[in-house]
Amino acid sequence: MKTCGATPGGPSLDGIDIAKQTIIQGVVLKAGDDGVPNGTPVGSAHIRLLDRDGEFTAELPTNSQGQFRFFAAPGVWTLVVQAPGARVEQQVSATQGILTDLVISL
Amino acid sequence: MSRETSLVSADWVTENINNPKVVIVEVDEDTTLYDQGHIENSITFHWRDDLQDGLIRDLISKEKFEALLSKSGIANDSTVILYGGNNNWFATYAFWYFKVYGHQDVRLLDGGRKRWELDARAFVTTVPTRTATRYVAKDRDNSIRAYRDEVIAAIGNLNIVDVRSPAEFSGELAAPAHLPQEQGQIKGHIPTAKNIPWSKAANEDGTFKTDTELKELYIGAGVDLAKDTIAYCRIGERSAFSWFVLHELLGVANVKNYDGSWTEYGSLVGVPVAVGA
Repeated sequence: MKTCGATPGGPSLDGIDIAKQTIIQGVVLKAGDDGVPNGTPVGSAHIRLLDRDGEFTAELPTNSQGQFRFFAAPGVWTLVVQAPGARVEQQVSATQGILTDLVISL
Repeated sequence: MSRETSLVSADWVTENINNPKVVIVEVDEDTTLYDQGHIENSITFHWRDDLQDGLIRDLISKEKFEALLSKSGIANDSTVILYGGNNNWFATYAFWYFKVYGHQDVRLLDGGRKRWELDARAFVTTVPTRTATRYVAKDRDNSIRAYRDEVIAAIGNLNIVDVRSPAEFSGELAAPAHLPQEQGQIKGHIPTAKNIPWSKAANEDGTFKTDTELKELYIGAGVDLAKDTIAYCRIGERSAFSWFVLHELLGVANVKNYDGSWTEYGSLVGVPVAVGA
C-alpha cells in the first residue's frame, strides 16, 4: 500500500472546527498495475480504526467517492481497510488541530 | 434463545429471498446505504426516524410499533430477518426491540451488510411492494430492558458490562471515533462495570465468534454468568449487540440492555462515575 499525504483525499471539512478535533480521514483508491492509485474510488470499503493496543475503536464504510473520516484522539492508530478480496493495514499518528489526510491504495 | 433460532447465514438468506413467510429488513442510522443498494426483497427501517419516539426519549409506543409493522407487511407469524451496516449494531438493536414487543420469530443475518459486501453478493435498488397486515404487538417486555435506577442499584452487585471501546470507557473519547467528540455529558464509565467491547465478540468480517470463544470472553473478563447482567454503551445499540450475544447466542438468562446508556447516565446529576482503564 502506498499513501500520499501531499494529495489530500478525505471529505469536505466545511462546518468542522479542525482546531477542536483530531481528524483522520482520506480516500481509498484502486491500485493500478504499478501499485500506484489509479484514481478509481473504492466505495463501500470498510475502514476499521484500532487503538495503540490493537483494540477496535470504530469502523465505517467509505462513501461513493471512496472517502472516510474518523474523529479520534491524539496518538498512534492503525487503519484496517477491507474490500472484497483485499485487506491492508496502515499505522497513522494523529494530532489535535492538524488534519491527517490519507490516500490509500487498495 | 440459541444460535440456531436467532442467527442465519448469508446462504440461508439467499435461499429464502423469495420465501413469502420471510421479511428481510435493513436497519441503519444511514438509510442512504439502502437506497444505494440492498438485499433483494428487503425493506428498511431507520433507527431514529422509524424506531424512536421523537418527542420523548423512548421506544415508539406499542400502537406505533403495530402501525409500522402493519404498513410494512410484517405479520405476527412472519420470520423477520434483520441486517445492517456498522457490524449489525442497529440491526441487533432492532432485534432487541422486536423482542421487547414480543415478536416470536426474528433472526439476525450473521455479518450483516459488511459480510454480504465482502462476499461480493448481489445488491438491488428495487424497493419491494408489500401487502399491509394487521400486526398485534405484546406489551413491552421489561425483563430485557434496564432503566437508570436499576443500573445505579446494580453498581457493585450485578454484572455491569460496558461494551464501548477502551478509549470511551477510560474517558479519553466521548463517542465512537467516527462521530464528532462534542457530546454534552461527562466522560467515563459506571463504577464496577467491566469493559468488554462489543467488537471482541465479532470477527473482523462482522460475523460472530464461536460460542466457546464468546463464553471465554465474558468469563475471562470476570463476568459471573450466574448473576444478572446489564449491558450498556453510548445510546444502546452496541449494547444490544452484546445483549444479543449473551441472551440469544449463549442463552444466558436475565440479561438486560440499558438503552439509556452513557448518554443518559453521563448526564445524571450526582451519580458515581469512574475513569481510567
